[in-house]
Amino acid sequence: MQPFSYQRADTVKTAVAAVAGRPAARFIAGGTNLLDLMKLGIERPEHLVDIGRLPLDRIEPTGEGGLRVGAQVRNSDLAADPTVRSRYPALSQALLAGASGQIRNKASTGGNLLQRTRCPYFYDRNMPCNKREPGAGCAALRGFNRMHAVIGTSQACIAVHPSDMAVAMAVLDATVETVSPGGETRSIPIGDLYRLPGTTPHQETVLAHGEMITGVTLPPPPAGRQTYRKVRDRASYAFALVSVAAIIEVSGNRVRTARVALGGVAPKPWRALETESRLAGAALTDHVLTDAAEAAMAGAVGHGGNDFKIPLGKRTVRYTLASVAEQA
Amino acid sequence: MTDKAQRHTTSGGGSFTGKPVDRVDGPIKVTGTATYAYEVAEGPPPAFGFVLGAGIAKGRILEIETGLAERTPGVLHVMTHLNAPPQPEFGPAVTPAVREVFTRARPVLRDNRIRYYDEPIALVVGETFEAARAAAALIKVRYEEAAGDFGLEERRQAAYAPQRTNAGFDTDSAVGDFDAAFSEAAVRIDMTYRTPYQHHNPMEPHATLAIWQGDDVTIHTSAQTLSNFRAGLAATLGVPLERVRVISRYIGGGFGSKLIVHADSVLAALAARILGRPVKVALTRQQMFANAGHRAEMLQNVRLGASPDGKLLALGHDVWSATSRIEEFCEQTAVFARSLYAAPSRLTRHRLVPVDLNRGEWMRSPGEAPGMLALECAMDELAERLGLDPIELRIRNEPDLDPERGVPFSTRNLVACMQEGARRFGWERRRSEPGRLREGRKLVGLGMAAAIRPNYMGAAAASVRIDAEGRVTARLDMTDIGTGTYTILTQIAADALGVPLAAVTIELGDTNFPLTAGSGGSWGAASAGTALLRACEALKRKIVTAARTRTGAPAQNPGTDDVTIVAGAVRLGDRPEGLAEFMRRVAPQGLDATGSVEAGANTESYRAFSQHSYGAHFAEVSVDCDTGEIRARRLLAVIGAGRILNAKTARSQILGGMTWGLGAALMEETVLDRRYGCFVNHDLAEYHLPVNSDVPDLEVVFIEENDDKANPFGAKGLGELGVCGAGAAIANAVYNATGVRVRDFPLTLDKVLPGLATVAL
Ligand SMILES: Cc1cc2nc3c(=O)[nH]c(=O)nc-3n(C[C@H](O)[C@H](O)[C@H](O)COP(=O)(O)OP(=O)(O)OC[C@H]3O[C@@H](n4cnc5c(N)ncnc54)[C@H](O)[C@@H]3O)c2cc1C
Ligand code: SF4
Repeated sequence: MQPFSYQRADTVKTAVAAVAGRPAARFIAGGTNLLDLMKLGIERPEHLVDIGRLPLDRIEPTGEGGLRVGAQVRNSDLAADPTVRSRYPALSQALLAGASGQIRNKASTGGNLLQRTRCPYFYDRNMPCNKREPGAGCAALRGFNRMHAVIGTSQACIAVHPSDMAVAMAVLDATVETVSPGGETRSIPIGDLYRLPGTTPHQETVLAHGEMITGVTLPPPPAGRQTYRKVRDRASYAFALVSVAAIIEVSGNRVRTARVALGGVAPKPWRALETESRLAGAALTDHVLTDAAEAAMAGAVGHGGNDFKIPLGKRTVRYTLASVAEQA
Repeated sequence: MTDKAQRHTTSGGGSFTGKPVDRVDGPIKVTGTATYAYEVAEGPPPAFGFVLGAGIAKGRILEIETGLAERTPGVLHVMTHLNAPPQPEFGPAVTPAVREVFTRARPVLRDNRIRYYDEPIALVVGETFEAARAAAALIKVRYEEAAGDFGLEERRQAAYAPQRTNAGFDTDSAVGDFDAAFSEAAVRIDMTYRTPYQHHNPMEPHATLAIWQGDDVTIHTSAQTLSNFRAGLAATLGVPLERVRVISRYIGGGFGSKLIVHADSVLAALAARILGRPVKVALTRQQMFANAGHRAEMLQNVRLGASPDGKLLALGHDVWSATSRIEEFCEQTAVFARSLYAAPSRLTRHRLVPVDLNRGEWMRSPGEAPGMLALECAMDELAERLGLDPIELRIRNEPDLDPERGVPFSTRNLVACMQEGARRFGWERRRSEPGRLREGRKLVGLGMAAAIRPNYMGAAAASVRIDAEGRVTARLDMTDIGTGTYTILTQIAADALGVPLAAVTIELGDTNFPLTAGSGGSWGAASAGTALLRACEALKRKIVTAARTRTGAPAQNPGTDDVTIVAGAVRLGDRPEGLAEFMRRVAPQGLDATGSVEAGANTESYRAFSQHSYGAHFAEVSVDCDTGEIRARRLLAVIGAGRILNAKTARSQILGGMTWGLGAALMEETVLDRRYGCFVNHDLAEYHLPVNSDVPDLEVVFIEENDDKANPFGAKGLGELGVCGAGAAIANAVYNATGVRVRDFPLTLDKVLPGLATVAL
């Protein structure tokens, strides 16, 4: 870890100014991702601005009947919040499916959204990695890529965005609230927060340097039943191989509306819009579910080690839809 | 120096051995006051070393630029091959004698050659760990890279036969005419299984604090077998053995990765001498993957030929293992197969394929852990082919004598273990046809496997002293790697001397104490326990003699039991006297005695009997129809391992072993990137070990047994038995659940999924 200076911010304004003013400055919240990366020399900030104690730790109802979650709300607290549990159960389930109890106690809402990929080559400075060192090449493309993405990738990078929480937020149509260095606030639909790798995998989000996430707004939950299903290699404390967040509203034997997002398969939480539209208004038959599941993985490309994610993704979508519809 | 903390607080007398006595070191462990090597605060303030590893797997360092690191504030010294003190050469890949594997010199930073990825190329020592680590990142290296070899399967033709396997077993064994018997057998199984690279991953990393005083060095480290460790370090440093003292009082797990000297100890000792100041060096978790041992990838071909009624006619077990080019390690993977089942024609062979990695080490049940995954799955496959219950197949092949040595078994309760297990586990619920048991969208299966593990005995000595207050202190360089050694030795000494547990203090983990074989191969309890028992018996004789001498009891009648010590009181005739009172009166200077035991391999009983522990593992698993996720639901182990010295710590040992078996079956694998020669998933987020929610309902049952051939306690090696066969039971349960036989471990969902039909919703 290279030496750095540290400051604790007491207002959003000073925090944003402190980071915006220095190219090698970073926000630090729970530190559960940033500190690991610093120890390995992958992130090398010269200055840390600790935003962990900013008064952004509230979960409040919005006028529209939704919920505003402060960026400093801990993952554990968000998962346990009674309103989240009753009205946004997919979010609570997703949070609890992530990391470990200890990590969730430290991890913040903003930090979770901006956690970086777990691609093991990204974590080893001796390996070529375009995300760490633009232009160096991608060791995962022809290497060990069992955990990697099959959708939305490029030849430059096939890394997955590892957050569970973000997948649930994507299905809930959450909006990310920020304050930019100029002091303006922005509301970014979560689907627009992340960039696909293209030729610039090191540019992961649309945020400017020094732009801070202050919170996430959840609109009122859509009608229907919610669930989050995470498929993983061990029962806890493992990143998703595939995960599915789904909200389905059923009337009689027909789907009225459906929303589906996938995790573990793409560089960002992936909304399966084609699946959603095939389901809307359709009868709940095995054929429809299979077809909708196929659509979720349409265009997916495996890289050898992760080929299994394509059939696994379809099977998981199909069964998750069926089980939610059954209970709806 | 002495640590009083391991004293026990329970009082009372009588027989403690066998009882589920709480761990005497439990309170200090759970309150965080047990001191591990890196935490030892002794001597002047230490400096901190950080190891820099090579970024290539094979080649030479052409240039290494350390100027920037050296000029970094807080940096005290940068050591590379250019300025490291002289060390002996790293010798040949195979040592002349077995024991030299443990005691040979293991130089670090000796020359510019890179022999494996992440091999240490520099040590940066700073006032703080952080300063050292930051400076290490500033070192620039130019390499000349050479192509390395990393594959196993495609290089099987490059395999060679080693002179011996680990622990000195014969490389091959053959009885009868295997080829003929196998080709003539009516029913044949010929299957190849793959087991991956694995890493020990003890909680406590390899870490050392080195303190020199003149020409003497004290090494606080995390080691399992101190006398070997000391010899290895002395050889590396080029100093006489007596100059090195090694201390390991508390150890956060070893699993076989702490038997030999690693870079942390060598570099800490070298740097501390140069700086004239204590130096601490710990490997990071990531560095442990290349620098602290692994289990090598293996391919195993098992061939079983049987008659239609299920009698094995031919048993063949061939193993190909990767091995380090720099130092050979041949895991004894097929050796257990020489003793497990009867078959008139037999063949076991070990072959090695050299790769450019660091040496493999002894990992959790070396031999049986990977070997039983193969053979015990093959037995399951054979049982199905024959239409026999897997337990029945094993019973039909139960030998009367050790099938290759022709000697009787000391004790062998394999059949009893299987039958007891079947009854307790509800084995009758198992459907012989796979894929038949379904609960909702889960497929459920049951599986079983046998367990076998040789009983070893290492040479050991112990000293014991009783003071004027009647307090007993025993000393041995034995270690407690988390297994409960402090506790069972306390029980043994208390029983042998007739004193309460609270009167006994066991001091371990210091080469200033009498030497033992340490912890490894599950021999610790028997070896250290026997030495201590003998020391206590000798001490008791001294107490009795002293009692007689002082009271003028007839010395010509030494055989009579006129003197007893029970519950801390000496009874002479009918007059009891408190031990403390007695000691103050009779031997106020205290009394001392020693005891020892020789290595088992040298004993007549070892030659005359086949000595193994046995058991049977049962598993119930569920497999998700949709995703293929496999989760264990229930595991049962029935164990026949001689007398159990402490029912509680023994159970914990087996629980741990079963958990490792589960890890090996379902998740443990280190991926070697063959392009770069590096282990890719080198941290605990990506190298999956079972976590709490993976570990299901576990049950352990010990069957009544006393092996009087093994040692005075009738106890046999226990700890590693829990691993042996546990993984195979799980793999067999997965097959029973799904009808998909995966022969490539671990059984992750991607391997099962293609065989799982899409089940209607
Ligand atoms: C072993 C392990 C297992 C894990 N398993 C899972 C898992 O299964 N599922 C899962 O979803 N996650 C998992 N995680 C990741 C975990 O969820 C994240 O580390 C955590 O959410 C990050 O939050 P933090 O507050 O600690 O972020 P930090 O480490 O403090 O910050 C992360 C990044 O976000 C930036 N940042 C933080 N807050 C803001 C803000 N308000 N505005 C702008 N930038 C900001 C920081 O500058 C930094 O770049 C795991 C982590 C570990 C270590
Ligand atoms: S997948 Fe992306 S993060 Fe991983 S090595 Fe390739 S470029 Fe780097």
